[in-house]
Amino acid sequence: MAAPDRSWRLMLYFIEQCLNGVQLGMLLFLLAAGLTLVFGIMDLVNLAHGSLYMLGAYFAATFAVLTGSFVAAVALALIASLIAGMVLEVVAIRRLYERSHLDQVLGTFGLLLFFNEAVRLIWGPAGMTLALPPAMLTAVQIIPGVFYPAYRLVIILAALAVAALLYFVVMRTRLGMLIRAGASNREMVGALGINVKLLYTLVFGLGAALAGFAGVMQAPILTVQIGMGENILILAFVVIIIGGIGSIRGAFVAAIFVGLVETVGRAFLPDMLHRILSTNAAATLGPALSSMSIYMVMAAILVFRPEGLFPAASR
Amino acid sequence: MSASLEQRSLGAASGTRWTAGTAVTVAVVAALALVPLYTTLTGNAFLLTLFTRVVILAIGAVSLNLIMGYGGMVSFGHAAYLGIGGYAVGILAKEGFGSGYVQWPVAVAASALYALVVGALSLRTRGVYFIMITLAFAQMIYYVAIGLDRYGGDDGLTIYQRSTFGGILDLNNKTVFYYVCFAILLAGIYLVARIVNSRFGLVIQGSRANERRMRAIGFPTFRYKLVCFVIAGALCGLAGALLANHTNFISPAMMHWTRSGDLIVMVVLGGLGTLFGPLIGAVVFLLLEEGLSRLTEYPDLILGPILLCVAIYAHGGIEGLLRGGRRD
Repeated sequence: MAAPDRSWRLMLYFIEQCLNGVQLGMLLFLLAAGLTLVFGIMDLVNLAHGSLYMLGAYFAATFAVLTGSFVAAVALALIASLIAGMVLEVVAIRRLYERSHLDQVLGTFGLLLFFNEAVRLIWGPAGMTLALPPAMLTAVQIIPGVFYPAYRLVIILAALAVAALLYFVVMRTRLGMLIRAGASNREMVGALGINVKLLYTLVFGLGAALAGFAGVMQAPILTVQIGMGENILILAFVVIIIGGIGSIRGAFVAAIFVGLVETVGRAFLPDMLHRILSTNAAATLGPALSSMSIYMVMAAILVFRPEGLFPAASR
Repeated sequence: MSASLEQRSLGAASGTRWTAGTAVTVAVVAALALVPLYTTLTGNAFLLTLFTRVVILAIGAVSLNLIMGYGGMVSFGHAAYLGIGGYAVGILAKEGFGSGYVQWPVAVAASALYALVVGALSLRTRGVYFIMITLAFAQMIYYVAIGLDRYGGDDGLTIYQRSTFGGILDLNNKTVFYYVCFAILLAGIYLVARIVNSRFGLVIQGSRANERRMRAIGFPTFRYKLVCFVIAGALCGLAGALLANHTNFISPAMMHWTRSGDLIVMVVLGGLGTLFGPLIGAVVFLLLEEGLSRLTEYPDLILGPILLCVAIYAHGGIEGLLRGGRRD
C-alpha cells in the first residue's frame, strides 16, 4: 500500500501549499486594495506603499514591547498606520496628484528612500521580531490528517473579515459611494460639493491602514526589517495590474491567484522539473523559474489583455 | 501621461541657444573631461573611481531618456540591461574569453536581443501597464541571475580581469578606462541627438505626442518604437559591460528594481527629453548621494525629500529650472 500512501501525502502537502498560497494572497489583497484605490481614484503611482507596510510592522513590534499584549499592539499599530498615512497625504502626497506618473514615481521613490532611512534612524539597522501569543502558536487540524498553523489561519480569517468590511464600506455606505463616484469621475464629485481633498485624505489613510495591517499580520512570520516592503510591493503591483486598476473585486481575485501561483509554483515546479530534466539543470532552473513564474503569467496576461483581466470599462 | 509631457513640442532637442542651461551643460562636460587631470594632480584616486561610475550610469540614463523622454515609453526595467551587459562580460570572463572584442559585442547583442523580445511584447500595452510589464520582465531577468549558481547566484561573481583589447587599450589604467567611458558617453549623446533630429526620431516623438494621429497619417509606429527600444537597450547593455569592468564584480543586485528606479530618477531629475539632462541628472544624483553619505550617517533622510521636492516643484527637472521653467 505504499503508492496510495505517497499520493495521499502529496495531496495533503498540496492542500497545505494551497492554504499558504491563499494566505499570501490575502496579504497581497490587503496591500493591493490600498494601492488600487489610490491609483483608481487619485491616479497616483505610489512606490511608497511598501513603506507603509513596513511601518505597520515596526509599529506593531514597538507597541508589543510597550504594552506586552499582542492584540493591543495590533490595534494600536493599525491606528498609527492610519494616522501616518493621513499625515503623509496632507504633507506630501496631495501635491503629486496633478503631476505626471513619472513625477509621481520620482517623488514616491524619494519617500521610499526617506522612510527606509527614517526607520534605520529610529529603530536601528537590526531587525525586530514580534512574538505571537502562545495560543496562536499551535497547529489546528483542519481536516483529518492536515495540521495547519493556527496563526496562518488567523491571517486568512482576519484578511477575509477586512475584505468583507471593505466591501461593505465601499458598496453600502455613503463614504463608499463617494469613493466609487470619485473613481469614475472625480471632477464631477468635486463639482457636486463634496470635499474632495478630505475624501482623498481619508482614502489614502484607509489604504495606509490596510497596508499597515498587512505588515502587522506578516510581522510574526518574517523578521521586521528595513526594505521588507520593497519586494512585496512589486507583487502587489502585479496584482492590481492583473486585476485591473481601480477594481477592488479584481484585486481580490488577482491577489488569491498571484498568491497561489507564487506559493504552489515554488513548492512544485522544482519537483516537476526534476522529472523532465537532469538533476543539475533542474537545481539551477527550479528556483529561478518558480520566482519568475508570476511575472511570466503577468506578462502573458498583458500581452493578450493589454489592460488587465478586468479592465476599467467592466469595473 | 499628463498633459505637461505631451504639450512639449516636437524636436525639443534641436535649436541650441546660449542660455544658462547651455552654459551649465558646457561646464559639466568640460569638468568631466578634466577629472583625470585633477585627480592625477591631487592624487585623489577615489574621485576618479566615483566619476567613472557617474559617467557609466549617465550612459544608462541617456539610453533610458531616448525611449522615455523622446518616445514616451516609461521603462521601469532599464537596470536589466545593465545586468545583461554586465553578466555577458562576467560569464565570458569566467569561461576564458577575456577579449573585449568578444565581450562587448556580445553584451550589446544580448541586450539588443532581450530588448527586441521585451519590446515586441510590451509595446502592445500603454501607460502604466507598460511601466509594469517592463518591470515584470526585469524581475524575471533578476531571478534568472539569482538562479545562475555557476556564476555566483545571489552572491554575485568577481571578475578577475578587465576586458582586454590586444594591447591597444589597457583598461586597468584608470585614466584610460575613464576616457573610454567618457568617449562612449559622448558618442551615446551624439547618437541620441542624431536619432531624435532624424525623420525616424520625429516619428518617435510624434508617437509620444499622439500615436493615433501618427498611425492615421501612415506610420507603422509599433515598428519605429520597437527599433528605438532596441537601440536604447543596446546602448544600456554597453553601459552594463562598462559597469562590470568598473567594479570587477557582477551580482543580481545590479538589476534590483530600485536600480531601475535610480535611472528614472536621474533622467527626470536632469530633465526629461533633453539631450544633456540625463547626464546632469546622473552627476547631480550620484554626487548628492556621495556627498550626503559623507555629511551624515543617514543620507537618504535628506536625499528622499529632495527628490520629492523636485517631483513637486521642478517642471522639467534641472534643465527645466535652468531654462527658468519655460518650455521650448
